[in-house]
Amino acid sequence: MLNRTADSVARATPEPLARKVRGISDKGLAWLFISPTILLLLAINIFPLFWAIYLSFTNFRANRPNEVVKNLGFANYQRILTDQDIWIAMQTTAHFVFWTILLQTVIGFTLAWLIDRKFRGHAFWTTIILVPMMLSPAVVGNFWRFLYEPQIGLFAYAISFVTGIPPTNIQMLSNVELAPWSIIIVDTWMWTPYVMLICLAGLRSIPEYIYEAAEVDRASNWRQFWSITLPMALPFIMLAVLFRGIENFKMFDMVNLLTGGGPGSTTEVASITLKRQAFESWRTGYSSAFAIILFVAVFGLANIYVKALNKVKQR
Amino acid sequence: MSLTTAHSVVAPSSNAKLVAGTIIVAYALISIVPLLWIFATSFKTPPDSIAYPPKIVFQPSIEGYCNLFTTRTRQTPEYINSLGPATGFCDETVRKRNMVIAGPSNFLPRFVNSLIIAFGSTFCAVFLGTLSAYGFSRFKVPLADDLLFFILSTRFMPPIAVAIPIYLMYRELGLSDTALGMILLYTAVNVSLAVWLLKGFIDEIPREYEEAAMIDGYTRLQAFWRTVLPQATTGIAATAIFCLIFAWNEYAFAALLTSGTAQTAPPFIPTIIGEGGQDWPAVAAGTTIFLVPILVFTILLRKQLLRGITFGAVRK
Repeated sequence: MLNRTADSVARATPEPLARKVRGISDKGLAWLFISPTILLLLAINIFPLFWAIYLSFTNFRANRPNEVVKNLGFANYQRILTDQDIWIAMQTTAHFVFWTILLQTVIGFTLAWLIDRKFRGHAFWTTIILVPMMLSPAVVGNFWRFLYEPQIGLFAYAISFVTGIPPTNIQMLSNVELAPWSIIIVDTWMWTPYVMLICLAGLRSIPEYIYEAAEVDRASNWRQFWSITLPMALPFIMLAVLFRGIENFKMFDMVNLLTGGGPGSTTEVASITLKRQAFESWRTGYSSAFAIILFVAVFGLANIYVKALNKVKQR
Repeated sequence: MSLTTAHSVVAPSSNAKLVAGTIIVAYALISIVPLLWIFATSFKTPPDSIAYPPKIVFQPSIEGYCNLFTTRTRQTPEYINSLGPATGFCDETVRKRNMVIAGPSNFLPRFVNSLIIAFGSTFCAVFLGTLSAYGFSRFKVPLADDLLFFILSTRFMPPIAVAIPIYLMYRELGLSDTALGMILLYTAVNVSLAVWLLKGFIDEIPREYEEAAMIDGYTRLQAFWRTVLPQATTGIAATAIFCLIFAWNEYAFAALLTSGTAQTAPPFIPTIIGEGGQDWPAVAAGTTIFLVPILVFTILLRKQLLRGITFGAVRK
């Protein structure tokens, strides 16, 4: 997908000298090398996917394997697409994806832009900033629950120290308004470095001579930023948005440990709904249909997005 | 923040650097606070950990680590006095709270599971990934682009969605809650990253090396073994570390597909409960121990980081 150009260059290089060397032909060897991976993916990804598609047309329940399985046709899909709760979960997911991406992109790009100045010790501080993204979201998310505790947590204490609001009023996880933000804050804390790193690569890829030319034309620094820095770094920013978008669409671990979808269902993102339907209510067929819909949605959106990305790249 | 000091032909002025440096250092310090807090909490006593205002200066204690590795029972002071002298640090520490150690906790087995599953799946993913990457890089594979995209697309699916059919399949095959099942699953998830990354690395090794080796009479396999593999070592190592980090940190599959024997540390740590709620020093201790290997790898890895997180889509 993203490496197409590199691939075509690689393929344009001359054919290997020896097509057939002692026994196994190159073609045979190629399959020998590739097939284990393909077979594993077929067994662990594709076969289950088809199974899920089959189940999505039935009323199968995984906790009652002996019940007769009825074919429901598209009934599951119909129910999901008309289910109010599912649409609310999708809106919650979209809300998370929007805010986390916006915050991470703005902060991440700003950080990258500042680090690009190469002040003294920038390598060391960059490494420090990168640490949160290397950690387990579940383990760290769980610990943030402690930081968010209104009576004893560091977060509430720090906020009340700065703003003067009594810490008992900073109920990040149990307040309906604040709970979604508690997750957005942790996600942004954790993944901004990721966006920063990709943006940094983008900024470093801009050749210096373009700025030199702009300087000769007496373009102001603002002008240079808007007409050189930002457009040249845009493909990289878009790549970061793509990766974060896919990941946050699937977001599960942090939400599950911080709020578990609550209070009420204010932070119930699609993955949490899916888990509840599949592993708590055991509506396997119904949840399989939801899983397929989600997959098609990610796949479709990602494809449209990659097309847009390629257009930006070609400019 | 001085936006007017963007790029210029001369290096950024020292003033701009100072402003940039200050902001970055401030951000780095703020973002590292939660981790320092985890570390500090792991050396607090349970009462200290829930004191308000939060205690920044405290008497360090290893109680959290004792509670992490042991299970304890509450006893009367008379009973505790009737026991012989305490054996070791932990025994002494828990006796101060009128408790005795009843036995080991589940943390160590869960941590060992994490090690086995993470390293096992990393080895398999890198092994399969290296072979496939070489295959895609050096041979004309029909529909190569589509196959590569297919390999990548296996990452698009939410883990919970994959977990439903995997759960059913594993139940049929007897792979539920087994280390083997988890290794296979993580290998499948990681192999996409491994193929994409390693293909990038192998593409950069000139074909002439193998051709020269083959002219010298080596077979294709021998040429691969003797020329390409040694050249790709750095790339393979970097890929391995990325796979390891993923498998080490993974939570969703582990939480849904393992319940006991094969459970890894990420779903286990949040379940550490003390008397009257979560035992935060013990959770912090478990978190700290769990994070250390990854911190070491992050520092070793920082130069390769970019390629790994972008599937090699960004070339440096």
